[in-house]
Amino acid sequence: MEVEKPVESRCFDLQTELDRTEGANTEVLKAKSIAPIPDPDEWLEKSLERNILLTTVDTLVDWARRSALWTVICFPACCAFEFIATAGPRFDISRFGMEIIRASPRQADLMITAGTLTWKMAPQVRRIYDQMAEPKWVIAMGACGCSGGIFASSYSVVPGYNRIVPVDVYVPGCPPRPEALLYGVRMLQNKIAREHVDIKLPFPLTGTKKEG
Amino acid sequence: MTVSLSGTEVAKQIASQFPEAIAESSNQAVVVKTEYLLKVAEFLKNSPDFDFNYLNDMTAADYYDYFEVVFQLSSLNLNHKLMLKTRCYERLKPAVPSVCCLWRGAELMEREIYDLMGITFTGHPNLKRIVLWEGFQGHPLRKDYL
Repeated sequence: MEVEKPVESRCFDLQTELDRTEGANTEVLKAKSIAPIPDPDEWLEKSLERNILLTTVDTLVDWARRSALWTVICFPACCAFEFIATAGPRFDISRFGMEIIRASPRQADLMITAGTLTWKMAPQVRRIYDQMAEPKWVIAMGACGCSGGIFASSYSVVPGYNRIVPVDVYVPGCPPRPEALLYGVRMLQNKIAREHVDIKLPFPLTGTKKEG
Repeated sequence: MTVSLSGTEVAKQIASQFPEAIAESSNQAVVVKTEYLLKVAEFLKNSPDFDFNYLNDMTAADYYDYFEVVFQLSSLNLNHKLMLKTRCYERLKPAVPSVCCLWRGAELMEREIYDLMGITFTGHPNLKRIVLWEGFQGHPLRKDYL
């Protein structure tokens, strides 16, 4: 007659069994990992691999610039909420690589002037614009950004951001819908796509070495 | 619910302390003479019957003949409130005593009134423009500002 094992001993057996199963799984995974990884470009034809894609510097640089316009935080008034809606998941400006909104103007290249600007605030906005690194663009958002809006004749309101900073695209509306702002962003991207890039190299391209 | 004290009733109590101080009183508000403003305000703040320890708001209005400075006072302990007014008939250099020494919250509100209405608050620790910029000409909330 078989003597029944004590409870502790049965638990120990069960534990050992589990450990063995786990170990076996690990061994299986390890064995699979030794097999060579298939080449993801295997389906490409040999002739295609040898090809060269030709483009211009303008196209390449403009594509890079317009595909990641980082916006500086400079939202003096209520149009900012439409901008927030634009940044939200429903309209989603991350489609244009714009979801990063910079608190530092030194890391931004686009200023969306969302809101009324007072003359007292104007020097600060100008300073933010001056601190942004070249190349930089400005979208005047909303009626106040374009022309001062309903406050244009007021004693304290700047009648349009173009009195303070150069503006590239005007987006009218009070406030503009997120679709309108996105349309303005697309217009700016088209504008950037047509820009000529002037690259200054630190050495002459002729390759002649300067003596002495 | 905060009880609105009757201006007429409060005016009677003020008159018992300062007989000359009241210019006008109605159910809504007490109008005191400018030269008595600080004394009346101090009385309203420190008297245990009124105990107006909180200045809700302070503003000014231009009635062509005079400027009216309006104080909205309330007592957080006794849960009642009162509207106190004073009138300034001088148009070129209107001046009203500052109540900063009683309610510190008046400091910024007095600066705003000085900025937009051009009323000087004598005794204010730092009377300069707050909303508009230094160098702005005129006071835009005056009726004759163009």
